[in-house]
Amino acid sequence: MIEFKDVTKTFTSKDGDLTAVSDVNLNIDDGEIYGIVGYSGAGKSTLTRMLNGLETPTSGEIDINGDQITALSGIELRKKRQKIGMIFQHFNLLWSRTVIQNIMFPLEVAGMSRKARQEKAQHLVDLVGLTGREHSYPSELSGGQKQRVGIARALANDPEILISDEATSALDPQTTDEVLDLLLEINKKMNLSIVLITHEMHAIRKICDHVAVMDDGKVVEQGTVFNVFRNPKQEITKRFVSEEVDPALTDTNRIVEDLIKSYPDGTIVQLVFHGDQAKLPIVSEMIHEFPKLQVSIIEGSIHQTQEGSIGSLYLQITGNKESMDGALDLLKKMRVETEVIHRD
Amino acid sequence: MTSGSYFAFKTVDWANMSAATWETIWMTIVSMIAVAILGVLLGLLLFETTASENIWVKVLNAVVSFLVNVFRSIPFIILIMLLLPITKNLVGTIIGPTAALPSLIVSAAPFYARMVELAFHEIDRGVIEAAESMGATGWQIVYKVLLPESMPALVSGATVTTISLIGYTAMAGAIGAGGLGNLAYIDGFQANNNTIVLVATVIIVIIVFAFQFIGDFLVRRIDKRTL
Ligand SMILES: Nc1ncnc2c1ncn2[C@@H]1O[C@H](COP(=O)(O)OP(=O)(O)OP(=O)(O)O)[C@@H](O)[C@H]1O
Ligand SMILES: [Mg+2]
Repeated sequence: MIEFKDVTKTFTSKDGDLTAVSDVNLNIDDGEIYGIVGYSGAGKSTLTRMLNGLETPTSGEIDINGDQITALSGIELRKKRQKIGMIFQHFNLLWSRTVIQNIMFPLEVAGMSRKARQEKAQHLVDLVGLTGREHSYPSELSGGQKQRVGIARALANDPEILISDEATSALDPQTTDEVLDLLLEINKKMNLSIVLITHEMHAIRKICDHVAVMDDGKVVEQGTVFNVFRNPKQEITKRFVSEEVDPALTDTNRIVEDLIKSYPDGTIVQLVFHGDQAKLPIVSEMIHEFPKLQVSIIEGSIHQTQEGSIGSLYLQITGNKESMDGALDLLKKMRVETEVIHRD
Repeated sequence: MTSGSYFAFKTVDWANMSAATWETIWMTIVSMIAVAILGVLLGLLLFETTASENIWVKVLNAVVSFLVNVFRSIPFIILIMLLLPITKNLVGTIIGPTAALPSLIVSAAPFYARMVELAFHEIDRGVIEAAESMGATGWQIVYKVLLPESMPALVSGATVTTISLIGYTAMAGAIGAGGLGNLAYIDGFQANNNTIVLVATVIIVIIVFAFQFIGDFLVRRIDKRTL
């Protein structure tokens, strides 16, 4: 359990004070993946750097499993840091060390014997899928592989928490997904709490349980990923969510207009999924029941969250009125929010 | 005797030449070992005291930095004269290879310290921070991160420093410190024997090339940044 209580961090410099984190209260439960999202400069890194004492709060208190971080002495803090793994956007590996030597670094710091270090590091190499590359140098690895080394290194001392600060921001979409999958797998396997900082809603949606949205040092919205996605309250959250759920909303409108022109006799229907329909095969059910209908998909963006699917789907349906009405009834029965956009 | 000729090799006393060569190499290596140790310590001190909030640390940084700059700007030949009394106290004599050591070290250590400081500053902050976040102590960061991560720069800096030290030994030699510089000056220049000057020059060039070669080789061996 991680608790931020009224945490504020103000940097003092010649040009005046800057409050990077302002009055933050957050609780992060054991074993969950907690996302923190916000634009550049929102204070995400500063907030999480206070978790392992890389920054000290100006006021407020941070507890990790009952230990108040700011009250720890130098030695105690270093011991605690061994139990807080951290991965970084630019990986921050030592280029002078091989993969396995990088992973052994935290074990050396913890004072583990050479033999035990070797064994543990090899086990971690296997865990992150780098078997066979243990004697490569970082310069010989791809970005995704480097981040795998970073993850293995962060896990070396069996941490209670893993902090990921924009760990996928330097990676391409596919590699990002691979790394996120690995994080999720580790979270499940080890019941490890993960604090995931990102500016990509995609990452939040894919693996997080809870999310906090930060803006200008403050947490402006927090809750389960599912609720925040379904019902964003703040303007900034809406912006983040819309970027993700419907990246081409204006495009869709244009397509719809075009289709209305091309198929004046067709009906265009928007289906909105809130997750509770779970995994019903809605479209195929509809075609099965009303074989006379022609159904084509115009545009869609459906996402699987940890709790169900969210998103919307635009269908163009042509056929006789009877089948059409029946189909719309069926959709209602299946509790899909249906909006008829154009009907003759 | 063909005085003035560069090629009267019969006039060269090869035993003397070889003794002088070893004196030069000895002065270079011994002073370089001391310079490396002092330079790394001073460079580390400069690095660790930069950007501190503490007023006393700031003062320490300013003082050391000032001294380093002062000793770096004193011409070597003048530094020898300046250090004569200290050398006499320390070594007991102002003649011979050992007497050259204090001035060699004092002149090259600040030079190398700046290179060391620069090499440490070139290490990615993120890597040092990663080590901190893993719970490393200050000393662990020094010998597990700063030194290994800057090793190519430290070695190439040491190579450059060694080569300028070879130049200094020749200068020191001219005023009595022994070695090839001394030989070239006494038996060559003063005896009007250009052959000896030429041979001493060639040997010095070979020594410089050898150190450069070894340095470059080592840098290539330890630099894993681009493979
Ligand atoms: N050591 C520091 N000294 C002064 N100001 C700082 C320091 N660290 C961060 N800041 C300021 O605090 C604010 C928050 O920075 P922070 O790095 O936490 O943002 P972030 O949300 O992580 O942004 P990004 O997405 O770009 O990483 C910024 O305005 C930054 O300039
Ligand atoms: Mg950041």
